[in-house]
Amino acid sequence: MTAYEKVMAARDSGKLTAVDYIANMFGDSFIELHGDRRFADDKAVVSGLAMLYDMPVTVIGLEKGRNTKERMERNFGQAHPEGYRKALRLMKQAEKFRRPVLCLVDTSGAFCGIGAEERGQGQAIAENLMEMMALKTPILTILIGEGGSGGALALAVADEVWMLENSVYSVISPEGCASILWKDSTKAPQAAEALKMTAQDLFDLGVIERIIRQPKADDKAMFESLKLLVSRTFEKNLAMTDEELTNARYNRFRKLGAGI
Amino acid sequence: MDLFSFRKPKNELESLPDEQQNVPFIPDEMWIKCPKCNTMLLTTDMEENLHVCTKCDHHFRMNAKQRISMFADGDSFVEHDADMESKNILDFPGYDAKLEKARAKGSKESVICGECKIGGINTVLCAMDPDFMMGSMGTVTGEKITRAFEYATDNSLPIVVCTAAGGARMQEGILSLMQMAKTSGAVKRHNDAGLLYITILTDPTTGGVTASFAMEGDIILAEPDTLVAFAGPRVIEQTIRQKLPKDFQTSEFVLQKGFIDAVVSRSNLKDMVVKLLRIHGYGVEEAE
Ligand SMILES: [Zn+2]
Repeated sequence: MTAYEKVMAARDSGKLTAVDYIANMFGDSFIELHGDRRFADDKAVVSGLAMLYDMPVTVIGLEKGRNTKERMERNFGQAHPEGYRKALRLMKQAEKFRRPVLCLVDTSGAFCGIGAEERGQGQAIAENLMEMMALKTPILTILIGEGGSGGALALAVADEVWMLENSVYSVISPEGCASILWKDSTKAPQAAEALKMTAQDLFDLGVIERIIRQPKADDKAMFESLKLLVSRTFEKNLAMTDEELTNARYNRFRKLGAGI
Repeated sequence: MDLFSFRKPKNELESLPDEQQNVPFIPDEMWIKCPKCNTMLLTTDMEENLHVCTKCDHHFRMNAKQRISMFADGDSFVEHDADMESKNILDFPGYDAKLEKARAKGSKESVICGECKIGGINTVLCAMDPDFMMGSMGTVTGEKITRAFEYATDNSLPIVVCTAAGGARMQEGILSLMQMAKTSGAVKRHNDAGLLYITILTDPTTGGVTASFAMEGDIILAEPDTLVAFAGPRVIEQTIRQKLPKDFQTSEFVLQKGFIDAVVSRSNLKDMVVKLLRIHGYGVEEAE
């Protein structure tokens, strides 16, 4: 597949979304928790508590919706500031109980609109980056579709970041990049190549730790092995002291783009 | 407006204020037209007035060097990591040429970082450069800012950062995005060490810089009529297909929405920074 074909696959409306992953990995144990306690409950973010085998975890996902009605409700997975603040509220709660946090990212980006700006989209994302970096509990992020810029990063300051084989992660959409740089959005395929946004590119750049095979809806074996992988990673990171954990997270990002 | 304002000026010179009309001959490049009030200003007058229009108080953009000299006492500024330069790490088409063009304008990078005295107080000072690829955040920008915060933390120093950024350095792809997390981590450590971070938002502060260190200061100040945004106005208009209100995303607007502490005129900024440093206990011992 070319880079742009991967972009298309990552955006495919038929693929599994965050709620599918939650259902397949956690079943009935998932308890959804709502609201940022400040303004509203942003439905682009689905979050709550769940049991991973016998381990309580906090799960936070960016949810695009699986049909037209859901997609409207979920604002196509584009969160407002209250969505990022809801996520941070749940992360701080997870820290209190030293419960690991699993983030599932699938968004074309943070929402661009009047309300989002009025309520401090930039400030909300910035606060997440700062607080996640020092959160005293393990964080693991899996990109399950699109990873659109700051809106994705706001849930991806983690101990490890994994990507599905057909997911993408980029500072800008290839269409946006092509229209700004080359004044021609039809050059998006070239931009997708140049931006190095596929899972393999990001693995080679040292930005992610693992590439995960693409699961299908009834792929029980796949979800079972994903659960096992996630729980092993959490167990390993739970064994670290707070200081070891946050130092490792800091250094993980510290080395990116430092070899100048 | 004076009494003769109804008279339509025949040419630009005629519309000049009286005192300037008597100037014998001044070459074109020494004049600059204020975009807000259309007055022709002598470049030297404008520069002496901290790059602010002497008629209407319009704040012109300043480059990083001008910012540094605006805040640092005398020649106290010592630059850090001056030799660090952006490279085309992803082999992005056309990036080398863009970098060359940007450097030809005089700045080496989109940020200058270092240490200086401000009102006699040792402070780490960073200034982003709107002249260098619109102050966009590349890996070198992120690395220099991160090092500045780490240096301030290690030496128990306060830090002042003047932000200016038109967007992401997309030619550096995902590594550009990662600088938001990296710098935020360094800000957090400085914060947790109990040290003061003052942000000064200058025109334009947008995108990934807004969504990271620009919004993470203990005290956030902005110059008047500065664009402060996550998504720029054009992006929003394209997304929602409606015109934006007139003063949307100005510093006065974000002040009203509760996201910054104060809008401060350039002529008062340094005094304000010194006051803030002192009220946090910096420089008190030295003064005694
Ligand atoms: Zn003016």
